[in-house]
Amino acid sequence: MKRILCAVAGLIALGVGAGHAATLDDVKARGALNCGVTQGLPGFSNPDDKGNWTGIDVDFCRAVAAAIFGDATKVKFSPLSAKDRFTALQSGGIDVLSRNTTWTMSRDTTLGFNFAGVMYYDGQGFLVRKSLNLKSVKDLAGASICVQTGTTNELNVGDYFRTNNLKYELIAFATIDETVKAYDSGRCDAFTSDQSQLYSVRLKLTNANDHVVLPEVISKEPLGPLVRHGDDQWFDLIKWTYFVLLNAEELGVTSKNVDEMVNSQNPEIKRLLGSDGKYGEAVGVPNDWVVKIVKQVGNYGEIFDRNLGPATPLAINRGLNKLWTQGGLQYGMPVR
Amino acid sequence: MTDARWSEPAPTRRRWSWTDPALRSAVIQIALGIALIWLAWSFFANAQANLARQGIASGFGFLDNSAGFGITQTLIPYSESMSYGRAFLVGLLNTLLVAFLGIILATILGFLVGVARLSENVVIKALASAYVEVTRNLPPLFQILFWYLAVLAAMPNPRQSWGFGLQPLFNFLADSFAGIGLAPVSSMFRALAGDVAGPSVFVNNRGLVVPRPVFESGFVWVVVAFFVAIVASFLIARWAKARQLATGQQFPVFWTGFGLIVGLPIVACFALGVPVTLETPHLQGFNFVGGIRVIPEFVSLLLALSIYTAGFIAEIVRAGILAVSKGQTEAAKSLGLRSGPTLRLVVIPQAMRVIVPPLTSQYLNITKNSTLGVAVGYPDLFAIFAGTTLNQTGQAIEIIAITMAVYLAISILTSALMGWYNKRVALVER
Repeated sequence: MKRILCAVAGLIALGVGAGHAATLDDVKARGALNCGVTQGLPGFSNPDDKGNWTGIDVDFCRAVAAAIFGDATKVKFSPLSAKDRFTALQSGGIDVLSRNTTWTMSRDTTLGFNFAGVMYYDGQGFLVRKSLNLKSVKDLAGASICVQTGTTNELNVGDYFRTNNLKYELIAFATIDETVKAYDSGRCDAFTSDQSQLYSVRLKLTNANDHVVLPEVISKEPLGPLVRHGDDQWFDLIKWTYFVLLNAEELGVTSKNVDEMVNSQNPEIKRLLGSDGKYGEAVGVPNDWVVKIVKQVGNYGEIFDRNLGPATPLAINRGLNKLWTQGGLQYGMPVR
Repeated sequence: MTDARWSEPAPTRRRWSWTDPALRSAVIQIALGIALIWLAWSFFANAQANLARQGIASGFGFLDNSAGFGITQTLIPYSESMSYGRAFLVGLLNTLLVAFLGIILATILGFLVGVARLSENVVIKALASAYVEVTRNLPPLFQILFWYLAVLAAMPNPRQSWGFGLQPLFNFLADSFAGIGLAPVSSMFRALAGDVAGPSVFVNNRGLVVPRPVFESGFVWVVVAFFVAIVASFLIARWAKARQLATGQQFPVFWTGFGLIVGLPIVACFALGVPVTLETPHLQGFNFVGGIRVIPEFVSLLLALSIYTAGFIAEIVRAGILAVSKGQTEAAKSLGLRSGPTLRLVVIPQAMRVIVPPLTSQYLNITKNSTLGVAVGYPDLFAIFAGTTLNQTGQAIEIIAITMAVYLAISILTSALMGWYNKRVALVER
């Protein structure tokens, strides 16, 4: 019912809400950023028992709020299922969708969105029971596989099993909790999703040690924040919030040393932190926006370590998500 | 000779006056119609403009694109490389299947419980009342999850399936028929018993697996015989009714029809040398292959919908029967009718008048509640089309419009059928 209401609300908004292009003005007038996140995925966006959200997707929205308001707490998080997330963004219910969403061509074009960057380079994997003694995804011929509907995972499984001439049965559930519950109850032999998600789901299972993630990665899953197509000013702000998080890490600007770094003579740091040039104004926010972001939320590396790094239960290796200077793919465009 | 009384009245020209009620209402209606059309058009144009501005695709071309996702239960052949249009059909058939079977089961169960609530037997009455109170007062979504997570998930995994053999049953039937001298029937069951050596019906947490009958080409004549029998029974019923009206003589219509509909296909079957074999399922890798598998998503949704709705139907049936005054039964008895005809010819026809209209609402509820199957991953129209397809294509307006139109069409069709039936059972006043 809620889904129908969402969809109908979306239809009405699409039909009636005649072009309000200036998302940034709306956000400023409202005094809070509306950010779409998951219904609970440790490390990415997850509410604790007091309702505080944590995760890298959550921290990205906090960084945007810090840039606009100078206050990282001015965010209203909307938990969305994989299925409802796009309608919510299309209809204007949220300003930015930061919900481990894979950047694909059709989403970037025909769905009417713009992806701002890649917060996490991921790939799709499979979680199975250890007792099955499987070595590879190809051993899953004829298996029942649980997946969350409305994801790229659902489509990748179809492609992969078809190309390899393997039979399978796909059972698609609307929410991640329903999917995990079905896998845990034995309805499926495997649960498939992005690898990062498999590790966090594994922690939620009755007996985490009875389950193992298969080594293969069957797809590219670049996960990042996205906005509606057609508002370039807002798109610029989101995109550059992502880049400055990377640049801050690359230049060694952290939440601990940012106050001293403001006085740095390094021209790159001066431009980044706003003591030289008017780069903040160029995206419609105060010039010290990066100081506020880094001080309150941290740089990309700090965000990653805090939510996914070795000190967390997930203990995910940064791998592809290292900076380009350290052999990874994360590369911030220059502030100049 | 003319008389003023017979002359035609002078043709009065219609005056264009606002005080003319017919004219006034016509003008208002036309204006309202134009305003409505304008409003609809402006919604449409505005949506088009907004979609174009946001770069969202529109139109119905997406129905031809390949869907790419797998579906667990398909009544027609389907694969990921087929189109969204095909996926839509798969979903529609799944919805119709669960709604149709749900309506039949709920009706049977509801009538039984409804009659049981009026029973003189205290235990039966109490059980029926408890059933109604429990099923009617728990949310349908909860009941679906109960059957799915609490009951079906407790079944063993495929390797430890509960297996049942059909061979002893078929052998028993073969022996029995041989005992009464029906050798051909006996040999048919003997042949089927040979097809199903070892366990052939399995229950596990992936559902229920049963042997699949494989029809050879000659089987089409058995189907033809079945339909011929139906038509023949219908004609016999008409003839019998006409004869009874004319002469008062009765004819055992029910038993002849039953005999024809069951007997004729069986005779045809033997004439053709039993063109059926059974394919038994067997475990291969993770799951059973061969046979027919009923998935637990379907079972839990069907059980929950039937049991939930039967609670309401039971109350409707009870109300309908109580609405027929006791005087009707007494009058029938005083005319010398036995209790069977009294119930069949006097009480039930009058009860149906009261039962049918609210029953229609319950049938519509089953169809609409079937969308709750999305919670357990049942691939109905709502899950596949208004869920996955909408999400993959992002074309909310087209997809929601199609989905609404389909559910509306199913509901209107159900209402129309029940309306037609209601007219037939309605009180004919003479």
